[in-house]
This record gives sequence, C-alpha cells and structure tokens, in this order.
Amino acid sequence: MQIQPILAALRKHRLATILIALEIALACAVLCNATSMIAGRIAAMRMVSGVDESALGNIAVTGFDPAQANDLNARMLTGLRAIPGVQDANVVSSVPFGPQWGVAGISLDQAGKRSGGVIEFYEGGPGTPQALGLRLVAGHMPGADDYQPLQGYMPPNPRVLITRTLAEHLWPGENPLGKEFWGMNITFRVIGVVEHLMVSQYTETGVRGADWSVFVPAAPGGMLSGNYVVRADPQNIDRVMTEAKAAVRTIAPDVVLDHDTSRTVGELRHAFFKTDRAMAGILLGVIAALLLVTALGIVGLASFWVAQRRKQIGIRRALGATRADILRYFQIENFLIVTFGIVLGIVLAVGINLSLMKLFEVPRLPYWYLPIGALVLWLLGQLAVLAPALRAAAVPPVVATRSV
Amino acid sequence: MFGYYLDLAVRSFRRNRVLTALMVLALGLGIGASITTLTVLKLLSGDPLPHKSARVFAPEIDPLPADSTTKPADLWRGWGNIMSYTDAMNLLRAHRAERQAAMALTPVKVRPQQAGEHPFFSNGVMTTAAFFAMFDVPFEYGGGWSEQDGEDRARVAVIAAELNDKLFGGKNSVGQTVRVNDHDYRIVGVAGKWAPQPRFYAVSLGGRGYGDGDAVFLPLQSGSADKMNPQNVNCWQVADITSLETAPCAWVSLWVELESAADAGAYKTFLSNYVAQQISLGRFHHPEVALPDLADYLAQQQVVPSDARLQANLAFGFLLICVVNTVGLLLAKCLRRSREIGVRRALGATRSAIFAQFMIESAMVGVAGGVLGLVFAELGLWAVRHQPAQYASLAHLDLAMFALTFVVALIASLVAGLLPAWRACVVAPAPQLKAV
Repeated sequence: MQIQPILAALRKHRLATILIALEIALACAVLCNATSMIAGRIAAMRMVSGVDESALGNIAVTGFDPAQANDLNARMLTGLRAIPGVQDANVVSSVPFGPQWGVAGISLDQAGKRSGGVIEFYEGGPGTPQALGLRLVAGHMPGADDYQPLQGYMPPNPRVLITRTLAEHLWPGENPLGKEFWGMNITFRVIGVVEHLMVSQYTETGVRGADWSVFVPAAPGGMLSGNYVVRADPQNIDRVMTEAKAAVRTIAPDVVLDHDTSRTVGELRHAFFKTDRAMAGILLGVIAALLLVTALGIVGLASFWVAQRRKQIGIRRALGATRADILRYFQIENFLIVTFGIVLGIVLAVGINLSLMKLFEVPRLPYWYLPIGALVLWLLGQLAVLAPALRAAAVPPVVATRSV
Repeated sequence: MFGYYLDLAVRSFRRNRVLTALMVLALGLGIGASITTLTVLKLLSGDPLPHKSARVFAPEIDPLPADSTTKPADLWRGWGNIMSYTDAMNLLRAHRAERQAAMALTPVKVRPQQAGEHPFFSNGVMTTAAFFAMFDVPFEYGGGWSEQDGEDRARVAVIAAELNDKLFGGKNSVGQTVRVNDHDYRIVGVAGKWAPQPRFYAVSLGGRGYGDGDAVFLPLQSGSADKMNPQNVNCWQVADITSLETAPCAWVSLWVELESAADAGAYKTFLSNYVAQQISLGRFHHPEVALPDLADYLAQQQVVPSDARLQANLAFGFLLICVVNTVGLLLAKCLRRSREIGVRRALGATRSAIFAQFMIESAMVGVAGGVLGLVFAELGLWAVRHQPAQYASLAHLDLAMFALTFVVALIASLVAGLLPAWRACVVAPAPQLKAV
C-alpha cells in the first residue's frame, strides 16, 4: 500500500488530523510522566529496611516518670519475654518505619569542619542487632562490654555498627572498620558494617540517604526506655502483638500505650507508605481515564471520516480494491496520525518532566519510557480505529453507483 | 432565536446519540477531576484567620553561631518562627505589638478522675495569655488566663469542648481540675470548636498541618516548670535539654498581631534593634530578621503538600486533553452537517446566526458535561475522604466550587466550540446545495 495517497487525503483534513495528533501528543506526555511517577512511588514502597520485618513488632509506651525508667525496662522485658511464642524482646530506641528518635549531623574530624551529613542513630540493649536480624558484612557485632550506660542521649565513646551505604558515603573506597566520626561532642568508632538499616522516617525531600543509619549499643535506662522490639515467628507475630499490648496494662498500669507505633514492623511499613499507595492509585486512575478519552476521540473522528467517505470507498471497491485494502487504508492512516502525535508528545513529555523536576520532587524521566509510551499509543490507536475501519471495509461497491 | 437554536441542538444530539454521549462523558471526566483537585487545593491553601490574616505576623530571627554557613532564608524555611525561650520571652514582654503570644506544642497525658479509667494522650498547647484573643478562640464557658497567671506559673488550663465532653460530660467544668502529666491544673475556660485550617501555628512546632484542633491549653511558663516536653526542639549548640528555658535551643514560636498591616515596618525595626542589641551582647551573630504575614508565612513553610499541587496539575492536563477531544468530535459533527448549514444559509441565515447556533450547541454539551462533572467531583471527593491524608475529612464541595464547576464547564465547552462553529459559519452554501 502506498502512503502517498493517504498523506494527500490527510492534507484535505488538516484540522481534524492536527487535533487528533495533538490529543495523542498530550496523552503521550501525561502517560510517560504519570507512569514514571508511579514507578517512583513503587520503588519507594519496595525499599529494603534491613530488619526481619515479618518477625518483628514494636511496643511503645509513654507517660512514665524518668526516674522509674530502669525499673520499667526490667519489668517490660520480663513481661514481654514471658509471652508464649516470643523469641526475644529488647529495649530499642526505634525501628524502621517507627517514630524518629535520634537524628544528628556528624563530622569526619573532631573539629567539626568536614561534615559527614545528617544521619539517624538507633540505640539498643544487648542482643538487639541479632533480634532485629541485621546482616553483618564486615567486622563483628558489639560484645557484651560494648553496651555501656548512657550519659544523656549516648554512651561515652560508643563502638557502633554502620550501614554499607553510609560507610561508602563517609569513606569512599576505604575500609570503614576502626574509622571514627564525631557528633554531639562524642567520638564514634566503627566496629562492624551491616548490609542495610533504613532510617525510620525516610523522606525524598530530606538531605538524608535512605540507609544512612548507625546502630549504637547501649545499656537500657535513661533516654533509652519505653520502646521495645519483640521478635517472634512470623506466623505468631500478630497473636504475640495482641497479647503483648494486653500485657502492658498488667506489667505497667500507669503508662500509656502508644497505639499508633505499637504495631508489627510490617504494619508500620504499610502505614508509612499509605500516601504513596494512594497517589499511585490516583495516577493509575488518571492514566486509565486518559487512555479511554483518547480512544473515544479516535473512534468518534474515525467513524465520521468513514461516513463521509462512503462513496469514495465504494468507488475504490468497484475499481477492484479488496476489503483488506480498505481496512489497511484506515489502519495506516491512523498509524500516521498517531506517529505525528507521538513525535510531538515525546518533546512535550520531556518538557513537562523538566518543569515538574523544578517544581516538585520528581525524578528525571528514564528515556526508555518514551518508546514504551509510543508503543502503547500505537496499540491504542489501532484498537480504537478497528471498529470504524471494519465498518468501512464492509461498504459494498454498489454504493459507488448510487446518487452520483 | 435562542429557543430555536436550543431546539436545533437537541435535534442534532438526538441524531448522533453516541457521539454526543462521548463528548459529554469526556468533558464530565475532565471537569470532575479538575473540580475535585481544585476543591482539595482550595481547602489546603485556605486562610486560617480570615478577618485578620494581614495583621498577624511571624517574627523570624537567626540565632545560629558565627561560623554557620546556613543562609537565614534557608534557616527560616526549616525553622519558621521558632526561637529560644529567652528570646521569645524578651520580645513578648516588650509589648511592642497590639497582641503577642508565644507557644509550643506538647503531648499531654490526661488522667480521668473516675476510677478504672485509663490515662490517655492528648494534644496540648503551652502558650501565653493573648493566644485566645489573637487567634479568635471562642469560649463555651469561662475564658483564658491572665498574663500574671503565666508569670506566676499558675497551674491553670483551658480545655477544648471535646475533652470537656469526655471528662465532664459537657457540663460547665470551670473551677474543676484536670490531671495533666500527673499535676493538677485548674480549669479556667472551656474553648468551643476551634480548628483553623491549615493549623498555621502548629507548622513550625512539629504538629500536623491540618486536622482536628488541640485539647488542652496551659500557660507556657507553667508547662515549662512542670517539665513538659515540647514537640520540636532545635539546638544550635551542645545543650542541656533538661533546662530548656536557658538552653541554646529554639522551641517556642512567637506570633504578633499589629493594629494595622502598615505597622509592620515599625515592628521589623524593633526586631532588628533587638537582634543588634543581642549581637552587641555576643549572643547573636547574624543581623538578618524577617516578619512575614500569615499568608507569606504559609507560603514560606510550603504548607500545601506538593502531592496536592501535582494532582491539580495532572487534572488540568487531563481536562485539556478532554477539551481537545471535544473540539475534534464537535468538528466532526458540524462538518457532517455542511448540507444543513448550506440550506440554512441559502434561506437567509447570516454567518453570525450559524456561529451562534453552533456555540449554543457547544454550551449545551458544556452544561451536560458540568452536571456529569459534578457527579464525578462528588465521587472524587468521596474518594479523597477515604484517602490517608490529614485533611481527608474536610474535603467537601461548597457553593463556590459548585458554581465554579459550571463556569469551568461552560468555558471549556465554548473554547472547544469556537473552532467548529467558525468552520461551520464559513461553509459556502452553493456547493452544498448542488450536492443534494
């Protein structure tokens, strides 16, 4: 089939052609950007926390007298460990997706001149790294004598675990073991590197990396009290958490259980990403509505063209064109128009992406989205034009002889 | 003529039911999406103090150390109008504005008096006497406390009606005590429903930007004496946070109400002089100050979530596609009627009459699209109310947005109708008649 006559015919319907192409272009631009945003949200939801989420639960209580902290910790640990199915319970400052506890800027020299960024500190009692399920990739876990009592927020001269990402950020290409960093007038020494430990409340707008965390071993008491992590078999964790929350009332009747953060880590994760899930859903809805409207537009205009050209189609059929020829004519015509639209749409998509990047926290559009967007629209166009094109192919040659 | 054109439009719709339905559906979807997101955006960027927002200001200062490289504008974007207790109290006691109040948020443990009831946490505000008058807090019973009560660190409190219902069954509880963080506070007032949106005063204090109001209000000095922990503490030096009143930490926000917006210059001079004085004392090192009014402050703090703005942009992009789609379909429809136009022109209809006829037809599509858009908008807002956002429960269509729906619908359809109507009115009658 020759493209020349189709182009000649389109030139006669310049306005309608431009309108459809424009609609395709806008659809292509929104489609590519919305898909990229959905992918961004999904990637965020899949972030690795570094702890055994399915086996862990968080219990947070508040409203106790700080002087009673040691007594409360002891009672809580005994009470929680007594619940059937609990494998371990520990005092911990927070867990990933739990409340943010300690965030501070650190430096790579004692004078505080070389900034290391803002990082998150997790603090926990003996056995916490094992209970959380942190995976060590270098060095060793803290020993029993590393769990020192706090002075304020931190123990003096803590020996800490650091994530691989943070180690690479602080000392690129070097062995982080034995290295020191400073913050809050305290010297931290690295004794081990863990695979992952996500910050508790990660935001893309912040300056912190998602995995910029440090685990500080400490003896419970003082500031390190009131928040506990419970480990159980994933099959039991829901029952254990229900029993643990009920047990708090008898273990410590005077404290207030924080229901929002006393949940399994899986539930905390689910709650943490709920706005991302909602936004991804909205974007998906917009894409569906958009493709629907675009398809309807193509169907409407193609039907009109078929009706307008009934006589010409009849003449072509009378002159020997087969049904397949007519069908292909409308399909190729649609392909050409959609192609114009896509070319325009790719320019528009990149332009919109650039301006969105300036206004919002939107990542750059990966270029391989453009061909996929184009493919989707080509398919959509072909599907939408199929019904009108089949109607055109069904026009009998005898139409040519009528009412000339 | 209008009635006749309406009649013609209805006839033409009847002839192309499917095409008409497609146009109305597409336009309705676009309008529904736009109105939904606009309603949310309007709700989020509302004026929390409509009568006096231009007269309420947030003083901002820069207490960072001399070697700090943070620009004051960046500091204020992060911190807003929070400052140390010392500075807030100095500025407060200078009484240079008509009203001024310092405040901090704190979670408070409330213990009901009845035996067997469990203690629970509520949102508390530690503030100073002028808070209630400055922010137009209504009272059901009693009133606020005096400035002297604050200076005396008296244990007095104002509770919200909701907490009063919970603790005292809604009866006048003035004179009763409420147990806050294991201290007895005497109730001096019960505040009525008060929940400005956005919660402008909570933004820099670590509180929610939208949603319900707070439950307990007590004097800043008393709460501080009872060691209540502020929700947001930012220290610029190593600090002993157990004595926050003297620590180099920002945790108190200050708001001032001036007699008129024109007094802002005078107050800013006063603020600059205060900072200059503190620099000479060696406490401060940066002379910059700012005094944004409420609207500028909300813009500076970027209170409106960027997701909401992104959604509004998306919705309008979608509406644009729907309009282009409608242009295409209207064009198809009117070109198909070239003969009818030719006959009307031959019978004496002017070009402007044809133009008017087609514009009225588009307007009718617009009105129908608006009605459908309203249905979609209600559906959309219902979905927003089930979204996990702080502002979810507030999303309702008001009268202004109801009217705006039809304005948007008419504008969209008339813009869409311009091109087809113009094409229709330039149809030359003679060739069309010949073909019949």
